[in-house]
Amino acid sequence: MVPLSYYLILGGILFACGVTGFLIKRNIITIFMCIELMLNGVNLTFVAFAAQWQALAGQVFVFFVMVVAAAETAVGLAIIIAVYRTRETLNVDLVNLLKL
Amino acid sequence: MLVSAVKIVLAMFVLLTAVAYTVWLERKVVGHIQNRWGPTRVGPFGLLQPLADGVKFIFKEDLTPPHVYKPLYIAAPMIALIFALTSISVIPVGNWVNVGGIQTPLQITDVNIGLLIILGVTSLGVYGVALAGWSSNSKYSLLGGLRASAQMVSYEIALGLSLVGVLILSGSFSLREIVQAQSGTYLGFIPRWNIFPQFIAFFIYLMAAYAETNRVPFDLPEAETELVAGYHTEYSSMKFAMFFMAEYANMITVACLASLLFLGGWAGPLFGPEILRDVLPLFWFGLRVFVFLFVYIWVRGTLPRFRYDQLMAFGWKFLLPLAIANLVITALIVALNS
Amino acid sequence: MLHLILFLIFGMVCVAGAINLLVQTHPINSALSLVVVMGALAAEFLLLGAEFVAAVQVIVYAGAVMVLFVFVIMLLNAGTEEHTNGSRVALRIGIPGMLIGSVLLAWVLLTRSGTHAVPAGALPGPPKTLGWLLFHDYLLPFEITSVLVLIAIMGAVVLTARAESPRKEN
Repeated sequence: MVPLSYYLILGGILFACGVTGFLIKRNIITIFMCIELMLNGVNLTFVAFAAQWQALAGQVFVFFVMVVAAAETAVGLAIIIAVYRTRETLNVDLVNLLKL
Repeated sequence: MLVSAVKIVLAMFVLLTAVAYTVWLERKVVGHIQNRWGPTRVGPFGLLQPLADGVKFIFKEDLTPPHVYKPLYIAAPMIALIFALTSISVIPVGNWVNVGGIQTPLQITDVNIGLLIILGVTSLGVYGVALAGWSSNSKYSLLGGLRASAQMVSYEIALGLSLVGVLILSGSFSLREIVQAQSGTYLGFIPRWNIFPQFIAFFIYLMAAYAETNRVPFDLPEAETELVAGYHTEYSSMKFAMFFMAEYANMITVACLASLLFLGGWAGPLFGPEILRDVLPLFWFGLRVFVFLFVYIWVRGTLPRFRYDQLMAFGWKFLLPLAIANLVITALIVALNS
Repeated sequence: MLHLILFLIFGMVCVAGAINLLVQTHPINSALSLVVVMGALAAEFLLLGAEFVAAVQVIVYAGAVMVLFVFVIMLLNAGTEEHTNGSRVALRIGIPGMLIGSVLLAWVLLTRSGTHAVPAGALPGPPKTLGWLLFHDYLLPFEITSVLVLIAIMGAVVLTARAESPRKEN
């Protein structure tokens, strides 16, 4: 028997790591991975609450979060490839001109 | 607990021996197709050849080129082999048996989502190939690794979709229940194997399996004449042997899965005393796996390979729509019948 | 008891993977740490009984989305990161800020959340029940996500298409 707050704290730690990485990292791909980490933390929270309230809707919503994350990854990585082709760099601090 | 540990050790031993002798079988069969003998010198019919190969791999110099990214270079073959060997844990090979008073199924564990676990482990096996190609820090390896992993990811979809038709007919993800749904007969004499209603799915599964395991006619990423050796160019001795074993273990997993899902599992005539009745399903299952592996090797000796763009076009533009069409037709028929 | 031990083991693997993602300088190491986090999370889902969600997490998230990340890192030949002025400021303010925020959140959750303990496998989520929900109660979101995935595919293809090179006149 594990108290539910333990699952929520674990989800919170993952989310906090994701936010921290989003703020401190400078490589576009790593920032994108921190977004995925945040989404994973939220997924854990959804499933934990579904277990507490005995409502399967939580697990269904996790399913939708995963589909949206996959779609967002595809488009985001395509944008990253397009940025790399024009700017020749993956460092967000160097992508700072509106027009080359 | 102890029973599970014994089953795990036994399964690992049988799987690794099967991998070694699949290599022997391939060399003999491809040799005979090409009008030569294959291994004949080491032991009768060359049966000790895998042993000799193992000793050779152990004694070969294990060279690590200086330009590789060491952590991933060493980890990649281990990843490939671990995930190739893990899928044996949910594959059932027979009914419940009574060994010295202990009732146990001939399967390491029977989970409700057995089929999904095998699909998940296959998805994770792509990492071994991709990381090997990248960490070797060489043109041939990188190209081979990218092509191989793109091919594996593409054909995974067709593989999964071809199995959904079987799932609709069986109503469960558990492999044991899928086999049990295939008991009985149509019209009294045709066994109720899934290959008969789902023949399109069986052919899609066959072709997607050849592509997943990077075998001819889909083996461009590791063909010697095209890309030196693809993603395992820079590997030698034990690490190369691990990739080799992983490829054959994947073949065996795919063959076992085809036998369970399409060919009726371990169904076959049972006769004789109690002990024989427990062992005969193993024999019938092994026979199906052997036939499937023989077809694999037969195709390897016979067909030329696809070019990479033909390969990708085949997977996305032909197999995937066909698998979806099979799914829609199966679902329609099942819904209209019930 | 075993439930608590398993939760703690997989929880520590998750947190270690997340922290490793932040600490590593090369994106490929971060990507592989994220795969480890997703695998450990799948185990946590199993502890809560969500078996189908755990399998989908491994097949889709760890087995397809992260493979895409690894592909892009390999294709773009991403190297190790350099530090700039902005990143040093963010490091000095961001990390203490996040630590304080997480400790505060953990304290609030432990003392005042009003939730109770859940047993292992608390809410079994077999594929059949989830499928029923997806096709009956949540049919509209299901169909809309299929359109969303189609839009994402088209967007990705258009964004990465190279411009047609002008044909050389002879």
